[in-house]
Amino acid sequence: MEQALANLEVFAATLLELAREDSDLLVVTSDSRGSAKLAPFAKAASGQIVEVGIAEQNLVGVAAGLTAAGKKVFAVSPASFLTARSLEQIKNDLCYSDRPVKAVGISAGVSYGALGTTHHSLHDYAALRAIHNITIVAPADNYETREAVRAAANLPKPVYLRFGKKPMPHLRRVEPGFQLGKASLIREGTDLSFLACGETVAPAYAAAELLAKEGVQCRVLSLHTVKPLDEAAVRKAGSETRAMITVEEHSVNGGLGEACAGLLLQAGIHPPFKIVGFPDEPTVTGSQEEIFRHYGIDGPGLRATALQVLGRT
Amino acid sequence: MSPKPPPLLPRLTERELKRKSAQYRKSLLRLIKACGAGHTGGDLSCIDILNVLYNRVLRVSPETFHSPDRDYYIQSKGHCAEALFVVLADRGFFCEKDLETLNRYRSPYIGHPTREVNGVEQNTGALGHGLAVAVGIALAGKMNRKDYRVFTLLGDGKLTEGSNWEAAMTAAHYRLDNLTAIVDRNGLQITGSTEDICQLAPLDEKFEAFGFSVQRCDGNNVGDLLRVLEAVPFNPGRPSLVLARTRKGKGISFMENAAKWHHGVPNDDEFSRAMAELEAAEAAIE
Repeated sequence: MEQALANLEVFAATLLELAREDSDLLVVTSDSRGSAKLAPFAKAASGQIVEVGIAEQNLVGVAAGLTAAGKKVFAVSPASFLTARSLEQIKNDLCYSDRPVKAVGISAGVSYGALGTTHHSLHDYAALRAIHNITIVAPADNYETREAVRAAANLPKPVYLRFGKKPMPHLRRVEPGFQLGKASLIREGTDLSFLACGETVAPAYAAAELLAKEGVQCRVLSLHTVKPLDEAAVRKAGSETRAMITVEEHSVNGGLGEACAGLLLQAGIHPPFKIVGFPDEPTVTGSQEEIFRHYGIDGPGLRATALQVLGRT
Repeated sequence: MSPKPPPLLPRLTERELKRKSAQYRKSLLRLIKACGAGHTGGDLSCIDILNVLYNRVLRVSPETFHSPDRDYYIQSKGHCAEALFVVLADRGFFCEKDLETLNRYRSPYIGHPTREVNGVEQNTGALGHGLAVAVGIALAGKMNRKDYRVFTLLGDGKLTEGSNWEAAMTAAHYRLDNLTAIVDRNGLQITGSTEDICQLAPLDEKFEAFGFSVQRCDGNNVGDLLRVLEAVPFNPGRPSLVLARTRKGKGISFMENAAKWHHGVPNDDEFSRAMAELEAAEAAIE
């Protein structure tokens, strides 16, 4: 697969395009412009960036205030801090108060690799899924990133956007187009479905390609919008494929997998089902790639899990 | 630049403000007694501040509440919602009768302010949130070259929340002289004295060190409140901080300065005595 840019870089470039179209658009950062690839933005649109220093609670509160006075705000900070330290501000100042700030979690999941658990965000879907009035989006590739940032900017509601910093491959889509809340079909198949989001869609696709060589045809869905979930697409996959695997760069507790499991069980659909993510244990140390491999979130690992779920091992 | 909203009418005189405070205190007591809940002590300590803000200082009215040029008021001290509701009802943001539903099933009038209530700018209640939001609104005002001003009311007990100080630094950094924070300095919080729980003093020096221009006043004296609140900004280029010395439970002798009235509800006898004291105080206003 052709490697393209990190989603984070595409986010920053898209934001600059949006800023040029709308002088009310602001980016608020917490000493995070470098990590967020926003240095070019700061140079090109210096009047549209607000720095609050290393103060994530303040970042979200100030963003809420700016929005209350008519600004269109993207509040950007590492996902680990933004969704833990500022969780109460996200809950009250954005969601409860209905301030349509776009909270952008950068270097999400285990993007920071060997920097360790302080810098990992494996809790954010779970924490935010339980809060009313927020859309949660983890784009899979550069295309979804560009579209998601534009769609979020136009949505008059709070949104959480989650980006990693690894260059991502371009993913071909069976059907063109992007819509918040609607899954992207990356690959068609009826033997097994991979339901993935964010940077785990690419390894799910890689596994599907490996499995195809063995005669196993997999459906791959990018569930970029973790909330609200594309319930129809998940139910359809549950009905039309023989087994399902969810894949996420998140704890197995409270994330995409449990969202899908809850939906399917309540719909009376229960194919063989496996949640792949981070188990409830101290996260293994290493680079993002090594951590992914350790937990079976790569092509070979997901292939093995698929064969197991299908009862072929 | 868009035109300013019309000036606030009526501009009450100092004597009228005194009468208004007495009336607000009676309304508060009736409300808390009727619904059986409320942050009585804090409501009574901050009611004079709200009175002066809404009847003399803030350039906002029901007609101009959605104007981008209105003055903004954020009640960071969200638990004193009853005080805000009583004042907003009196100013015509909604009908006073609506408050009969306070805390009832499906009522928008609950124990903390929400935007479901006409006149409320931001949902508050969790402590240490309002100042950052006020900073954001003030900063947008500077960026958009608006003349509006932003006022926020902070309880003193909540100043141990670190988020206040994060926001204070930002206010000074961006030279937000369109922002005024008022501390309702009643010296009590739910467990007891603020100074016994975690020393706050010297608050004036702390806010000065964080870049605010600070003035003290008697926060239960409408004349003194007028003197400082009509003088903001105290210094061009700096946010203003009003350290308003108040008494929790102010106006009712047996509630004053008593932590147990933080959210105490008077029984029938206490209610009668309280109302009698308030009636006498109102009658004594010259």
